[in-house]
Amino acid sequence: MSVPGRTPGAALERTTTGALSGTVVQQLRGAHLGMLPIVGALLLIWVVLGAVNPAFLSAENLVNLTLQSAPTGIIALGVVIVLLVGQIDLSVGSVSGLAAAVLAVGTVGLGWPVGLAIVAALSVGVVVGMGYGLLSTRLGLASFVFTLAGLLVLAGVQLRVLGPKGSINLPFESWLVRTVQQGFLAPAVAWGLVAAVVVGYAALRVADHVRRVRAGLPSPGLGRAAVRTGLLAAVLVATVAYLGTARGIGYTVVLFVALVVVVDVLLRRTRWGRSVRAVGGNRRSALLAGVAVRRTVVSCFVACSTFAALGGVLAAGRLAAANQGTGGADTYLTAIAAAVIGGTSLFGGRGSAWSALLGVLVIQSIANGLTLLNLDTATRYIVTGAVLLLAIVVDMLIRGRREI
Amino acid sequence: MSAPVLSLRGVSKNFGGVRALVDVDVDVREHEVLAVVGDNGAGKSTLAGVIAGAFRPDGGEVLLDGAPVVLDSPAAARTHGIAAVFQQLALVDDLDVVENVFLGQETLRGPFLDEIAMEREAWGLLDQLAATVPSVRQPVRTLSGGQRQVVAVARALLGAPRVLVLDEPTAALGVRQTAEVLNLIEKLRERGHAVVLISHQAGDLQAVADRIVVLRLGRVHGEFSGDTSYEDLLAAMTGAVRPARPGGPARAASGPEPRERRAGGTGAVHR
Repeated sequence: MSVPGRTPGAALERTTTGALSGTVVQQLRGAHLGMLPIVGALLLIWVVLGAVNPAFLSAENLVNLTLQSAPTGIIALGVVIVLLVGQIDLSVGSVSGLAAAVLAVGTVGLGWPVGLAIVAALSVGVVVGMGYGLLSTRLGLASFVFTLAGLLVLAGVQLRVLGPKGSINLPFESWLVRTVQQGFLAPAVAWGLVAAVVVGYAALRVADHVRRVRAGLPSPGLGRAAVRTGLLAAVLVATVAYLGTARGIGYTVVLFVALVVVVDVLLRRTRWGRSVRAVGGNRRSALLAGVAVRRTVVSCFVACSTFAALGGVLAAGRLAAANQGTGGADTYLTAIAAAVIGGTSLFGGRGSAWSALLGVLVIQSIANGLTLLNLDTATRYIVTGAVLLLAIVVDMLIRGRREI
Repeated sequence: MSAPVLSLRGVSKNFGGVRALVDVDVDVREHEVLAVVGDNGAGKSTLAGVIAGAFRPDGGEVLLDGAPVVLDSPAAARTHGIAAVFQQLALVDDLDVVENVFLGQETLRGPFLDEIAMEREAWGLLDQLAATVPSVRQPVRTLSGGQRQVVAVARALLGAPRVLVLDEPTAALGVRQTAEVLNLIEKLRERGHAVVLISHQAGDLQAVADRIVVLRLGRVHGEFSGDTSYEDLLAAMTGAVRPARPGGPARAASGPEPRERRAGGTGAVHR
């Protein structure tokens, strides 16, 4: 009874849900548009800010922009993971601040080697994430409640760790500070990386095409692979060439982008990533399908807090100091806003690692551009808030229409 | 008759104060389709959940090949060769067809997912079901009710399970696909699978059931052969009569409660 009936026309069975109206529209509205809207928004912001103040688009300013984006972007990357699994972590700012404090006290106060202090700082993130994971999976608490508690508790711990002085300066000769502040890819290395990435990407695309054709499956085709490779090459070449006229690509920026790529591959190409999206999309269905729901949720909290801690370490390196304000104020809001503006749903299941990169670029571009225009913090908050609201409205529209 | 693959012995399950299953004994054999019928709230879906590992029984035991097993998760049931299609299908709307079919049992190529192998196998399973899904790379939220049902059945068939639990598998299907699913159930029986079919549909039962267990208010209220007329089953489901067959479990004859007459009549069968 292997009737190869794949004609879409026959697919219109009598449905009990009546959910099949406007399939084309639904597909358009779905994830297939992907990153295009946010990329468009980013370009629009750049054009506007550049038109108002040409200094914004200067290579030196864009280098600054990338350096400002990296620490918050890494925190946002963790937030993306935790949002994808259908949870939230409001305490990422406090975790990053505490990690920075541990790093500073470890290296300056206790005289640890920097490497050890970094490991200690990251362990803070791992432990906090494990704690959250257990609270979520064993006690079934709502994550926005216990991470709100965590925000306060960890901010308190951060102050305790920093001690009465409240601020600890990292020595400028520490390799962490030097790497974060002054570490840039040598031009030859940067171009070598670009070549390797482009060639590697093209090779993967072609290999995928060949396997698909051999397996008798439809393939997007070599033409599309060529177009995508060309786009990737164009973006990379333009970035490296233009930023190269100033200081170039910072090590922290390379680390951030590399982490985005790794997380993207983990989310899309591994069993873990599929579990994350399934649990975030429909926890009960994932459980019934045999997904290890608890383990997945715990791993996401751990990943989020660890990325937050890493973001704190880099922020401390960038400032060459850890103080009471590190990771405070609007850090967690910026990170969460970046994830959401980048297109990751607050409701779980939908999103991409790339939304951390794009979202943080949008937010930092606005902040950077408005600062260049001598506009105050108030304006920056209002504009960023408006953009966030817009992003959430778009997310709600996509989701809401889908569920009618 | 061959020895049962799967047996439930004195299984009970409570949800708060509600006794969903009370002291249920059921045997499932290879080469056999066991149908479970009952009115709403009779405990059918709970029974499916217990077999499929979604619910852990509060009392009694589950025997696989005569040895007690603990099915404390759907994944555990799966590793014991028990697969299920749940009434709510348990699909993830944001994932595509292939991702749903292989969810929890993905094919790997090194550390990464082998999308190509999975896509091929998904097509194979869907062809077996004569499914008309336009693309296996489409999120299941864009599919019709019947197509979603087929995806859920395809998932259950993955890895050729020994015991297959189908909770209302044809409820959302059109005529043609219902026929295909029933065909498939017969094929599964021929291949030696044990099939537990939970259904309201008289046609389903008459077409494929070898034995029919009637559940009523969480208890086994009689066991019938597959050719029992639907009217007799209805009577048993609604409690209008006691089990007719002497071979039925003794406790089922423990007497209809006084309230039972109220439910008498065919109106009780609608969903």
